[in-house]
Formats: sequence, C-alpha cells, structure tokens
Amino acid sequence: MTQRTSVVRDCMTPRQELPRKLMLGTGIAGWIVVLAIWMIFSLGDIVPDMFLPSPVDVVNAGIRMIDDGTLMGHIWASLKVVLIGFLISSVISVPLGLLMGSFRIVQAALEPLVNFIRYLPVTSFVPLFILWIGIGIEQRVTVILFGVFFQQLVMIADISRGVSKDLMQAAYTLGSGRRDVVLHVIAPASLPGILDTLRVTIGWAWTYLVVAELVAASSGLGYISLKAMRGFQVDVIFLAIVVIGLLGLITDQVFRIIKMRLVSWEK
Amino acid sequence: MGEVKPMFRQSDEMPGTQPEDDSRPVQLHVDNVCLRFPKPGGGEFSALENVSLEVRDQEFAVIVGPSGCGKSSLLYLTAGLHTPSDGEIRVADQLVTGPGADRGMVFQGYTLFPWLTVAENIEFGLKRKRMPAPERKELVDHYLNEVGLTGFADNHPSQLSGGMKQRVAIARALANDPKILLMDEPFGALDSQTRLQMQQLLLRVWEHSKKTVVFVTHDIDEAILLGERVFVMGSKPGRIQKILDVDIPHPRTLDMVMEPEFISRKREILGLLHHDLEEIH
Repeated sequence: MTQRTSVVRDCMTPRQELPRKLMLGTGIAGWIVVLAIWMIFSLGDIVPDMFLPSPVDVVNAGIRMIDDGTLMGHIWASLKVVLIGFLISSVISVPLGLLMGSFRIVQAALEPLVNFIRYLPVTSFVPLFILWIGIGIEQRVTVILFGVFFQQLVMIADISRGVSKDLMQAAYTLGSGRRDVVLHVIAPASLPGILDTLRVTIGWAWTYLVVAELVAASSGLGYISLKAMRGFQVDVIFLAIVVIGLLGLITDQVFRIIKMRLVSWEK
Repeated sequence: MGEVKPMFRQSDEMPGTQPEDDSRPVQLHVDNVCLRFPKPGGGEFSALENVSLEVRDQEFAVIVGPSGCGKSSLLYLTAGLHTPSDGEIRVADQLVTGPGADRGMVFQGYTLFPWLTVAENIEFGLKRKRMPAPERKELVDHYLNEVGLTGFADNHPSQLSGGMKQRVAIARALANDPKILLMDEPFGALDSQTRLQMQQLLLRVWEHSKKTVVFVTHDIDEAILLGERVFVMGSKPGRIQKILDVDIPHPRTLDMVMEPEFISRKREILGLLHHDLEEIH
C-alpha cells in the first residue's frame, strides 16, 4: 500500500524520474486509447464508413496497395522530394548560418531580408512556382527549399551567435587565428544545436511536401490522398496520413541516433 | 594596524617596483596603461588609470584587489583580448597588439572545449602550431602527469569535477609553452578544500616549469601563499596601491599561514584594502 502511494506521489512530483516499465506502459496506453476511440466511432457506426474508416480498413488498404506495388512508388516519390529539398537547404543554410552568427557584417546584410521572407507563407508562393517551374519534381523541391531554408538559416545563426565568448577567448590565447575560431570553436560548439534544428525542420519539410503534392503532382503521398478524396476512398487518405506519420517517426529516430553518435560529449 | 604604510598614488613613486637584487630580465612590462569606457550618460568611466608594473622572468606575481578594481581587465589587456585606451604593454620586449600563443591564460570560468577529450583540449594549441602528433602526445602525457590527471586523457570535460577542469586548463595553457601564464581567479569557483589543493598543485607545477606567472585574485591568503610579489590594487579609478615582497622561501606549504611574516603581510594588505573601501564610502 505504501509503495503504491509513493508511485502516485512520484507521478505528481515535477521532474521525478519514473520506472521505465511505467513510462513504456503509459505510452502504449496512449496509443490504445486513441485506437479504441477510433474503433468505437467507426465500428460502432457512430460515424458512417464513408467518412471514417476503421483501423482494419486502413490496414487492408495498405496491404492492397503494397500488393499492387503502388504504395512503395508513392512513398519513394515523396521521400525523394523531401530528402532532395532538405539536403539542398541544409547544405547552404548550415555554413551560411554559421557565417551569419560569427560575422556581424553577414548578419547585417542578411538578417533584415531573411526575416522578411521567412514570415511570408510558403503556400502563397506555390502558384508562382508552378508558373515559373511547372509541376515537376523541381517545383515540389522548391516549395520545401523555400519553406525550410530561411527558418534553418535564422535558427542556425542564433545558435552560433550563442556560443560562449569565453571559449573563443580561450582559443585566441592558445594561438588560434580568426579562421580557427570559426572552424574549431564556433562550428563544433554549434553542432548540437544545428542537429536539433535539422531534426525540427525536417518535420516541416514533410508538411510542405504535402502542400506541394496536393496542388500539383502525379505521384506521392499527398497526391494519392487528394485522388482518394475524389473517389471517396477515405481509407486511402488515412493510410497516407499514417505512412507520413511513420516516416516522420523514422526520420526523427535517425536524427536522434546521429546526434547520439556525433555529440556524445554533451552529457 | 600599526603596519599600515601611507598610500602611494603613482606607481613610479613606489618602492619595490623594480626589485634591486633581482637580475632576471623583465618579462612583462606594463607602461602607463589606461582603460576607459564611455559612460551611458556621457563622460568616461576609468577602469584603469596609469598603471605601470614590471614582472621579471620566472617570477610569480599576484595582483590582489577588491572587485571592480580592474585587476582582471589588466590581465585581459596583457592577453591582448582588450585594447588599452592609453599606454602600452610588452611581453618579452614584444608590444602586445592582440592575443597570441606567447601569453597563455587560465580563466575564472570553465573554458575547456566540451566536444574535445582532455588530451585533445591540451593539444589544441599545439595543433594550431602544426606540431607533429608524436611530439604532441609526449607533451600531453607530460602535462597530464604534472597536473595529476594521467588516466583521464580520453575523458570529456563534462565527466570532470570543477577542480579537475581547471587542472586541465592549466595543463592546456602550459603545454603551449607561453612566455607568460596569466591566471584570472582560476580557483574562484572552487570549494575551499579543492582550492587549497589547487594552490599547492599550482606552486609545484610552477616550481617545475619556472614560468612567469601573473595571478589575479581577490583572496588575500591566496595572494600571499602564491606570490613572490603581490601587487595591491585600489579601485575608482583602478590603480596599483603598493607592491609587497613576500620573502617566504619556496617550496611553500599551507603551514605558512601561521607564520608571523605571513600574518604581517596579510595585515598590511587588509589595511590597504580597507583604506580603499573607506575612501569610496
């Protein structure tokens, strides 16, 4: 009895660590609750099948589309766009962000411009991009690039600007030049923050992907869900959402592992 | 407080600026240095006013003073991290115009590079000099041993205690073989037990390496325990009040805090600092 009250107490105590099993069980319970509510509404015929498929319908739709080979093709079409857009964006934003955080002159030149652009809704540019670039993969990549790049730039600039001046001064007294300080102090000190930024922004990349695919695409997860809406295939819409969620979960884990490998020194 | 001597405003009037019996060459030359900042409401704030001092080669000099007297600023100026408003600083007859590897520094805060191991931290400066790896390793091993951290080479700073971090910082500065070692209250953040250990360790390391050391502290005991000469600063504006020779032979141990020589020095410095405080209030 006393033990049980102490677990309840632990649950109510801020920042109190809990047993791993309890954490895992509670996490699973969260899923079960959501699935149960979903099943009650769908299988209990509270909402008609036409609007809310049951989890079983969604799984069946998945099996059907894996069997006819279309699902993998659409996943790959979407994944390709996200990865290309995200990679191009990151390859430019990481070094440029470091320069922006390190050199006031770069900050002065770019900050007002970037802060203007990054508040413009990406969606409002989609018609323009279609007009300029067409409806090929380049257009979707551009949407992601535009949606992610300026956010990454500002976040990475902030992170590198926050690197402790003490570390830089220590490096100078050890004989570092200005270039050394950027390459051997500001860059490595910013790495954990940069990885966090990439992890957050790849999530946004998925959002912009769907926006781009809903408007103009002939393949991809956003495309199949738009097509499914026209044919009242709600199960396929749900399937697309679930797959995007799973892909997001996987990318997040990949970034978690990369971070653990690269910045194990942080803890 | 019978020992308190009259205060001297100008450094050039002070006895003991140049120890007569000392034939060692001057390693650090601070010549009429001023440091002023514009005040927000107009006018100027003078952090340092006409400060002059000389530190000899292989000397252990301590600068002691109340907070805000500009003692740390003097160190940052010597390191080349700040620029004086007036006057000049020379180290080994070279005019200080910016930071350089010839002036190593140990900071008050922890400034180890957290992404590097202990060994990589110590060889940071050596890599900048493009020293070959075998030589680097030899120096790293030597200085790890000097500061008693053999076996911690592959640890990251986050795995070390505060005292250990500062020991690595000392090793990192010394491995670079600077002409002068600047120490800005390096033990200020440590608990008093660790602090005592670190003072002993520093004295031992200094006796081995015979580096010129300029050590800044606000702790009078620490100043007398470590210093061959103690520069007592006053504030508003920051200036050197007096230079004291501490004629207690090395190797020094903790027991010396009980000796009459120590106590008389302490009384004298306390008198100077109290006088300075009374002047302000």
